[in-house]
Amino acid sequence: MTEANRGVRERPRSPHVQVWRWHVTMLTSILHRVTGCGLYGAALLAAVWAITLAAGYEAYATYMGLLASPIGKAALFLITLSVFFHLAHGIRHLVWDAGKAFEIKLSNTIAWAEIVFAVVATVAVWIIAAMTGAL
Amino acid sequence: MVQLTLPKNSRIGKGRHFAAPTGAKRTKTFKIYRYDPEGLENPRWDTYDVDVDACGPMLLDVLIHIKNNIDPTLTFRRSCREGVCGSCSMNIGGRNTLACTHGWAEVPGEQITISPLPSLPVVKDLVPDLTMFYAQYASIEPWLHTETPEPQKEWLQAPEDREKLDGLYECILCACCTTSCPSYWWNGERYLGPATLLHAYRWLIDSRDEAAGERLDALEDPFKLYRCHTIMNCAQVCPKGLNPAKAIAEIKKMLAERVV
Repeated sequence: MTEANRGVRERPRSPHVQVWRWHVTMLTSILHRVTGCGLYGAALLAAVWAITLAAGYEAYATYMGLLASPIGKAALFLITLSVFFHLAHGIRHLVWDAGKAFEIKLSNTIAWAEIVFAVVATVAVWIIAAMTGAL
Repeated sequence: MVQLTLPKNSRIGKGRHFAAPTGAKRTKTFKIYRYDPEGLENPRWDTYDVDVDACGPMLLDVLIHIKNNIDPTLTFRRSCREGVCGSCSMNIGGRNTLACTHGWAEVPGEQITISPLPSLPVVKDLVPDLTMFYAQYASIEPWLHTETPEPQKEWLQAPEDREKLDGLYECILCACCTTSCPSYWWNGERYLGPATLLHAYRWLIDSRDEAAGERLDALEDPFKLYRCHTIMNCAQVCPKGLNPAKAIAEIKKMLAERVV
């Protein structure tokens, strides 16, 4: 090696997310953010819905047709999922903010419960929607 | 800033493989992060097939076995080998822990990956640069602040006030929690991180300390304290079983109570 190469070169950064084995609490944390962003999109969809409603029958019918398409339904399904998950984890945050339920085992159980709740509640809403002919 | 990929000079290449000695009955593969600061290459993963009947039960035993018998160039920190010094903290099987108190049989998976504490500059192999971590710890002034004149003997503390420090004073500053935190990975230069904040709380609730107000003033900052998003990795990995997330929540509560 030449003398010029002897200095300390810029140190590499050790691997982080590349090596980490996930915890369920880590998953619910990032899901909270992802669903939160999703709900911004949902608010946008609702705003467009209100605009088309005001814009007259044709615009409204086109928009409702879009929402009833497979892609529209998929988006609405994900929004329903986001609402329930964000609600559950939001309440979880209130409990944490009160300084309560920080134990690891309990936190893991609650995190799984949030995920199960979001899925079950979403499926329930869509079953009710299907049964009442709203789909 | 969120940065999900490693910078160019930090991408990890394929390294060498060290086969188990002939006649070894039970072997386990250890995939270990290697970085040579004097060379020109990027970091690499070396794999070692270790005869586990020839070494002790802990991961530190495995590392020492590799260094003594297979590859003397492997570099890592260690000292007390009983979980009180915090030197051998590293990422093992995707979780931060102390190599000396963690058995290799407890780590799931066919092969066990060992890398330095995450998202830190690497000095060599499993040795990260903890300069910033210590500077952040120093920044919370982790000593007794008083205004009343010093007593003739020691500062006294009632047993029930002393009990409030349980679950806090045991911290050995191994940095497992701080470097487990994604918030610290993305904002380590501005967010103090779980270990430092746990210590900040330890001094805030010390009945002998008389600077709680100033300490809280220093922490009231969008980054220093409030980058904690209760991801809980800190408490999940603490090798001493402490709960920095709860300590941070208590600081947030103290700040909120101060306003209302």
